[in-house]
Amino acid sequence: MKSLGSIRRSFAPWSDPAAKPYIVFENVTKRFGDFTAVNDLSLSIFEREFFALLGASGCGKSTLLRMLAGFDEPTSGRILLDGQDLRGIPPYKRPVNMMFQSYALFPHMTVENNIAFGLKQEGMAKADIEKRVADMLKLVKLEQFAKRKPHQLSGGQRQRVALARSVAKRPKVLLLDEPLGALDKKLREETQFELMDLQQELGLTFVVVTHDQEEAMTMADRIAILDKGEVMQVATPTEVYEAPASRFVAGFVGNVNMFEGKVASRDAGSARISGGNGLTIKTENAGDASAGSDVVFAIRPEKIKVSSKKPADAEANVAEGEIYDIAYLGDMTVYHVRLADGQVVKASSLNAVRISEDPLSWNDRAWISFRPDAGVVLTR
Amino acid sequence: MTDTAIAASSATEYAGRSGFARALNAFVSRLVIIVPYLWLLFFFLVPFIIVFKISLSQTAIAMPPYIPVLGFGEGLSGFWAQLKQLSIDNYLWLTEDALYFNAYVSSVVIAGISTILTLLVGYPIAYGMARAPATLRPTLLMLVILPFWTSFLIRVYAWIGILKPEGLLNQFLLATGIIDQPLIILNTHTAIFIGIVYSYLPFMILPLYSALEKMDFSLIEAAQDLGCPPISAFWKITFPLSIPGVVAGCLLVFIPAVGEFVIPDLLGGSQTLMIGKTLWNEFFANRDWPVSSAVAVILLLLLVIPIMIFQHAQARAQEQGR
Repeated sequence: MKSLGSIRRSFAPWSDPAAKPYIVFENVTKRFGDFTAVNDLSLSIFEREFFALLGASGCGKSTLLRMLAGFDEPTSGRILLDGQDLRGIPPYKRPVNMMFQSYALFPHMTVENNIAFGLKQEGMAKADIEKRVADMLKLVKLEQFAKRKPHQLSGGQRQRVALARSVAKRPKVLLLDEPLGALDKKLREETQFELMDLQQELGLTFVVVTHDQEEAMTMADRIAILDKGEVMQVATPTEVYEAPASRFVAGFVGNVNMFEGKVASRDAGSARISGGNGLTIKTENAGDASAGSDVVFAIRPEKIKVSSKKPADAEANVAEGEIYDIAYLGDMTVYHVRLADGQVVKASSLNAVRISEDPLSWNDRAWISFRPDAGVVLTR
Repeated sequence: MTDTAIAASSATEYAGRSGFARALNAFVSRLVIIVPYLWLLFFFLVPFIIVFKISLSQTAIAMPPYIPVLGFGEGLSGFWAQLKQLSIDNYLWLTEDALYFNAYVSSVVIAGISTILTLLVGYPIAYGMARAPATLRPTLLMLVILPFWTSFLIRVYAWIGILKPEGLLNQFLLATGIIDQPLIILNTHTAIFIGIVYSYLPFMILPLYSALEKMDFSLIEAAQDLGCPPISAFWKITFPLSIPGVVAGCLLVFIPAVGEFVIPDLLGGSQTLMIGKTLWNEFFANRDWPVSSAVAVILLLLLVIPIMIFQHAQARAQEQGR
């Protein structure tokens, strides 16, 4: 397999065996009554990393964040921050700050006083506080709103006040609980980039909780995908998308087509998988699948080509079917192609030209094709 | 009829109907506003005017026991002559006898202390209720309201049985050996404080609860996250945000407590000076309706004016906040 690295910078301490992790979750379990929110979870986060905890609601991602902030204590296991065990340290003594999902701005205080709140607790000198608050307001571009109360601001402005308040103390780690959840789509996309710039500028470690995979993919250096309190995979966005560790991850992040089958033969990295539908798939990404085992072949829709004529490429995997559904999304078109055995395959193609020379319509005969390196074999 | 004509006619019909509906709606909504005003007019303003008029009359051995009794029996000129008999003598009398002034001051002091005590007792209860699991809250609320199901008078009487020298409290304390002489609580100010705190506690708890329950608990977490220990977070976040509830609760306790009669009469003994008792004495013992009316009017002004000033200030502060 070709290497799938981090897209951003040459920042990859997780692949350096000498690098010491900054935050370590060690066999952490958290139970509420008889509900297990986090189950024997271990995780390492590195300094200056932008780390995302991604999962559906109830997967334990917020509980992890709250345990890091000190609002909940693990039932068992330990959490280390910069080598120090955090157990028993109350939230107001931890060198981490959190940006709350609801923002939790103090409604009876002005923007200025909200941002200054943490600094006053530290007993910082008045002149220093004023300077820091001014810096923060400038950073989030809210200089002219210093004297306003939170209810006089728009949702986006409130979000920025919450951000300014949580970074004002220069915490070692900033925790963000669904930081963009309350914003509309356009604003969310803008703010994603602002957050990334901010993280670069301040050089902080960010741990963000989100259920939005796009958000996690855009911002994070690495993503931990959680399900039922367990880690499914920790990897860079590229790896998570192109080399998912399991069916769950493949299905959770983005769209995917899955073919059930048996490994008919394999040598080195490549294998042939024969499906129950009589189709045989050649793949170069066989992973650790042994010959004869039941596996799933997963392939992303944009890796599949749809054409009205049988492709000439002898290397490619080819199957014939019928166009079952077409969704035109503007930038791309998604085709649902029904194969002979009834399985519907999703294939998306970028609309790089305005008018297609080979237009496909409902019920047309069509061929799908993909290269042997386009998909992956999943054993779990 | 052509299609356009039909469309046009139905459009006018529609507009007409909606015009009528709108007028009806406006009328109904005005009616809804009128109802509370009518209520205030008939059950507050009219009785107040009657009391105010009596306070300007003179005592008489008659039925009703004051003169003049206003009426048009002798025509408009007779009515005018009757009006001329009204005077502010009774108000002047209130300033001459120190009893009234002392009773007002003592009432305000007793009500003030009781209000503070009620706040101190009620705040932790309301806080606990607001932080209780959501499923438990209706039950807790019910428990707070439950005493209202028994007559107020009976509940105050019951305190006599508890507080008197040979009462339940003393028996318990003597039996457990905490004291060896019965405590004298009944017929003291302490008994009045106990009575007022007990009787008015729900009026303090309910507004406090509603203010605290609305508060987002993540604000406290945010404060702690920013380095604020829990007690400090209470004073910087929880308490300031609950001030509307504190004010409402204090007014609801203080106002009736100032004019309270039953509690000082039953628990406070004869030496307690409170304006409610003074008023009762003037009215029933002395049968001096005009003076007791003047006492009542002054009491009302004493309570209403500071409250109005306070509310005005609050409304302005709120407007500035917006």
